[in-house]
Amino acid sequence: MNSNLPQAQLSYWIAFKAIFVRELKLAWQKPSQIIQPMVFFLIVVTLFPLGISPAPKTLQMIGPGVIWIAALLAIMLVVDRLFRQDYQEGTIEAWLLSTVPMSLLVGAKLLAAWFISCSVLLLISPVLALLMNVESQVIPALMLSLLIGTPILLFVGAIGNALTVSLNQGGVLLSLLVLPLYIPVLIFATSLIEAASFNMDYSGQLAILISMLLVSCFFAPVAIAAALKNTVN
Amino acid sequence: MWKWLHPYAKAETAYNLCYRLLPYFSWLAAITLIAGSIWGLLYAPSDYQQGDSFRIIYFHVPTAIWSMGAYTSMAICGLIGIVWQIKNAELAVYAMAPVGAAFTFLALVTGAVWGKPMWGAWWVWDARLTSELILLFLYLGVIALYNSFEDKRTAARAASILAIVGVVNVPIIHYSVEWWNTLHQGASITKFDKPSISPDMLWPLLLNIAGFLFIFAAIVCLRLANQILINDARRPWVKALVEQSSTESTSSVKGKHNAV
Repeated sequence: MNSNLPQAQLSYWIAFKAIFVRELKLAWQKPSQIIQPMVFFLIVVTLFPLGISPAPKTLQMIGPGVIWIAALLAIMLVVDRLFRQDYQEGTIEAWLLSTVPMSLLVGAKLLAAWFISCSVLLLISPVLALLMNVESQVIPALMLSLLIGTPILLFVGAIGNALTVSLNQGGVLLSLLVLPLYIPVLIFATSLIEAASFNMDYSGQLAILISMLLVSCFFAPVAIAAALKNTVN
Repeated sequence: MWKWLHPYAKAETAYNLCYRLLPYFSWLAAITLIAGSIWGLLYAPSDYQQGDSFRIIYFHVPTAIWSMGAYTSMAICGLIGIVWQIKNAELAVYAMAPVGAAFTFLALVTGAVWGKPMWGAWWVWDARLTSELILLFLYLGVIALYNSFEDKRTAARAASILAIVGVVNVPIIHYSVEWWNTLHQGASITKFDKPSISPDMLWPLLLNIAGFLFIFAAIVCLRLANQILINDARRPWVKALVEQSSTESTSSVKGKHNAV
């Protein structure tokens, strides 16, 4: 590059890192945004023994599925406010004006969001598994499925949030858009856990989940960038 | 080909094309659907296992096929609209969504009616049924998203993006039979080498499949023409059209407005 020109071109890596660090700082300043979905996660799981039956056998059977559904709903809450503040403050307009591709910036934000919220979710899932009387040999499979499944949910949900960010109704519409797309993930994740509970090989389900992760990783930032451009105009 | 296609990006030409194609599709739909349904319901032989109750296949299979076909074409229109910035393609997305949703709903209802005598239950959580239900939710999502925006241009683009994202689901529906291999019977007529359905039963089914495609095309033409008119209501060509039709005794444009 010609060194006489002013440095208008921002390095992709620096931009990526800057967004990532910014998100972490923001999350550190407002920990309630991380804690609230996690408390929600706990409460939803607590409701099931009360609503269905506290018998250990029943809990053991429904446990992994309940934890997965609760995780899915908690991620819906995380996703619901993912881009809202950025949209209101005008950060998204700044991203659009940047020389760095929008999808890269979105990717950095998503990675940070996953790192912040899903890691907490992942860490408390074994505790919930104990509450739900899940067998100890199933817990690694549960955590593995959450490790691979939650980023898919986050990426897909972020598309829904990017589409609805300019509307004030959020929540309900978002769940209508996003929950149907979550169903395949839920099916494969729970079938993975079921296979693990029978001591069977679950590499097939794992491979499908990983392929879904790769596909969503690749396409979601592009779709989110297109959706955000559309709302900002 | 581009020279031939390019004029249809213009609203007026697209409107005229829709309007001109509409009678052809409507007549083709009427003929094939009446012929196929009468042949299928009255004259086709009954199944040796399922008796006469198999005859719902003549509505279940076409609606199920085109519920997916409509979604795919909707997503293709969305992609064309987003990539080449063609407004008419975005309008077509919303023109197709409710029709596809209706087909999906019909496929689910006819499937439930068929499932009751055959499987002994209105609904089973079979992979294919579930996927069809998800497809219905996807359609409803597209419709809901379109309707929640004030600015219809933004709405059409958002709905297009959602349709493209959701199209991932269509292959899952298609391959779910092989993946999960559960209660739902395998495909009978898409096996190219040797169909596992008798030709006497097959012909009326093919007629009805064609008929549902034509009725889909006819309704979409009508809806798209209306969308274009509503969108361009302030443009000179629409005003000219309204004046022209109001001088004639029958105001066909206004009548068509009321129809949708």
